[in-house]
Amino acid sequence: MMKRRDFLAGTAILVFSTMNSRATVISGGLPWIPSAGTPPPPVRPGPWHYFTSDEGRAIEALADRIIPPDPQTPGGKDSGCAVFIDRQLAGPYGRAEGHYNQPPFLPGTKQQGWQSANGPAAIYREALIALDKYCQSKYQGKRFADLSDPEKDELLKGLEDDKVKLEGVDGKSFFALVIKDVQTGFFADPLYGGNRDMVAWKMIGFPGARYNYLDWVERHNERFPLPPVSITGRADWSPKT
Amino acid sequence: MSRKLPKKDVVVIGLGWTGSILANALTDEGLDVIAIERGPWRDAPTEFPPNYAQDELRYRIRHELFLRPEQNTFTFRNKMDQTALPIRDWGSFMPPNGVGGGGVHWNAETFRFMPSDFVLKTHLTERYGASFLPQDMTIQDWGVTYDDLEPHYDAFEYLCGTSGTAGNLRGQIQEGGNPFEGPRSRPYPTPAQKQPFSHTLFAKAARELGYKPFPQPSGNLSQAYTNPLGIRMGPCTYCGFCEWFGCGNYSKASPQTTILPLLIRKSNFALRDNSEVIRIELDRSGKRATGVTFVDTGGVEWQQPADLVILSAYTMFNVQLLLHSKIGAPYDPVANTGVVGRNFTHQTISSVNGFFDNKKFNFNPFISSGAIGMCIDEFNGDNFDHGPHGFVGGGYMGQVQTNGRPIQSTSVPPGTPKWGAAWKSAVRDNYLSTVRPGTGIHGSFYSYRDVYLDLDPTYKDRFGRPLMRLTIDFHDNELKQNAFLTDKFAEIIRAMGAHTVEKQYRKGPYDSTDYQTTHLNGGAIMGADPSTSAINRYLQSWDVPNLFVMGASAFPQNAGYNPTGTVAALAFWSAAAIRGQYLKNPGPLVHA
Repeated sequence: MMKRRDFLAGTAILVFSTMNSRATVISGGLPWIPSAGTPPPPVRPGPWHYFTSDEGRAIEALADRIIPPDPQTPGGKDSGCAVFIDRQLAGPYGRAEGHYNQPPFLPGTKQQGWQSANGPAAIYREALIALDKYCQSKYQGKRFADLSDPEKDELLKGLEDDKVKLEGVDGKSFFALVIKDVQTGFFADPLYGGNRDMVAWKMIGFPGARYNYLDWVERHNERFPLPPVSITGRADWSPKT
Repeated sequence: MSRKLPKKDVVVIGLGWTGSILANALTDEGLDVIAIERGPWRDAPTEFPPNYAQDELRYRIRHELFLRPEQNTFTFRNKMDQTALPIRDWGSFMPPNGVGGGGVHWNAETFRFMPSDFVLKTHLTERYGASFLPQDMTIQDWGVTYDDLEPHYDAFEYLCGTSGTAGNLRGQIQEGGNPFEGPRSRPYPTPAQKQPFSHTLFAKAARELGYKPFPQPSGNLSQAYTNPLGIRMGPCTYCGFCEWFGCGNYSKASPQTTILPLLIRKSNFALRDNSEVIRIELDRSGKRATGVTFVDTGGVEWQQPADLVILSAYTMFNVQLLLHSKIGAPYDPVANTGVVGRNFTHQTISSVNGFFDNKKFNFNPFISSGAIGMCIDEFNGDNFDHGPHGFVGGGYMGQVQTNGRPIQSTSVPPGTPKWGAAWKSAVRDNYLSTVRPGTGIHGSFYSYRDVYLDLDPTYKDRFGRPLMRLTIDFHDNELKQNAFLTDKFAEIIRAMGAHTVEKQYRKGPYDSTDYQTTHLNGGAIMGADPSTSAINRYLQSWDVPNLFVMGASAFPQNAGYNPTGTVAALAFWSAAAIRGQYLKNPGPLVHA
């Protein structure tokens, strides 16, 4: 019978086949590579990594209209959604890394999906310029972030309904992308910069990165009693100084 | 120039479920086996330990465990007169990568197909007449029967420790199980998982409507289990991070938790990871494989000679490798000739969300497992009279909600704005009290003359080989089936007490961006006739007898179930034929 400690004792023979290759030959035992899947380092607040300060202001304003603050739960800005998007755009997501990026790039049907050479980072840059340009011509030189909340909502509704047209940019699909990214940041683990202090999880009652609910499976219709926890723990787990 | 390695008895292409099953069986015969795997080595406790595997962004949204489209992708179009364009990021399905393959991040729903599914053409023609079937439908019998496969389904379930309630034990219908299933020789190895609130409520409503709900057979185990290879698994903890995620808790059946700890230690087995097979080599006759050529991640090309080749990659990569190796006649849908690429199918999935009064219902949707759920089979296969309805096929349906992961599970009632204060409060008010079955309706997808695989004329992979081109659309038969099933399902969700039900019918055209399942099938199908199948009933190539092709690429059409149980049963069945017949007398096992 094979027991778990045997796994740990097993010795793998790893032979590296060529230089510059990750390929290995595995034989005789299971390789043991501790922390092979360690999560990325936590995002820290601070200066923008990708956005310019104008872009950052615009995204914070967008985040607060997509998820407005209310007395119980902060909005998109204070929950860190703009920071989340900034760090995502500065990383592999922004560059569409890992996607099939070979030409030719031809227009296709909706069912054929994304067919642009631009990754999300480039799309945000172009679209935010076009958005501010539109606002400046329509609202006496004001940028998007400087509009009143009703003005912002009216404009965003126009983008959503494809009634407001931005110059050289598909405003409707850009706004859909921003909605998706803001809401993703709101609900993702706080590790990534949004959902600060797990505000989104507290709002809905999601207990977070827990791994064992065996004692609650059959407690039907009873609210789960424990507060949420992130991959990096909880603030009150750290010793107070 | 490629470098030549010492010859092996067997080379296995891809170390997922079927590659692991074959490698383990053939090393037991004393053969020297090497597996060549495109992706990396992965092990459960090091790659996805339970203290940080619960990361929805990393694994579900950014697809960390999956193949990268830049490594290999497909082009896609709905109709033959369109220009296919590349799938640049995954959408309607998610190809696996790495040791363990899809077995790492599946939900572990472990169904058997029904006896009538294997003789589908004969069964439907006898019951309804040939003219009842759409003219361009190309369904076939499999050449293998449920009775042939029963011992092999059993072998896979006992390998995995599958948790379930038998519905038919040696012909005796059992209370609480699925009365429509084929007879099984013994009960499931472990009892069904405990069911959370909404799943239980679904079963109650279904029972009151006259149906016979049963627990979904689950590879997330209800209790600790030691499998016949001596490998131990632990009980599932209902963490709700199953599909798309690896299980570091040894609770989800995967090659890592059921086979590899034994296989890797065998002295007559070796694995090369991060190495992609680009061609199966043939001798001058073209009727015998001499081995494979692969490229490692450093770009170096290698030759691995072998006497026996097991092709056990994902569905479309099996077909792609056959076409690139010029094995079997490519399918031509216009002339209706050739075999490699024909009868390509997917699944017909839809769902119905139910919104409940949050003062009375708290479902704790995050308490769940990948294969949890209560299902009914009254509308699957030919379990009901299709005569009045004008379509064939069906599916199981059930409350099979696997999670409450918030990026994707914050459903709001129909008519709610997609953003703003109204959206935010609707999310808050509905998260705990919404039934969101996900793949609630798991419908069949039958085969058609104009749904097929071939090589793309324009787009290439990183080795300069043509990508596989997918030509696929829904036909009226499947859309009618789906409308009928979705309405039936909605009646049950309504009977659970939902104040609002949102029917999400599957509609055409087939959309490559909208996730259904990764149950793609066909293209190298099994059968009794070499003019309409690429492999025989033992999964042996008709053209190259020392090549066996595993996987769902063998399915002549898809049934209304998850495929893995059948994929694995076919692998055990094929392994038994290789051990019992082929090795004694290498050559064709079926003479057509």
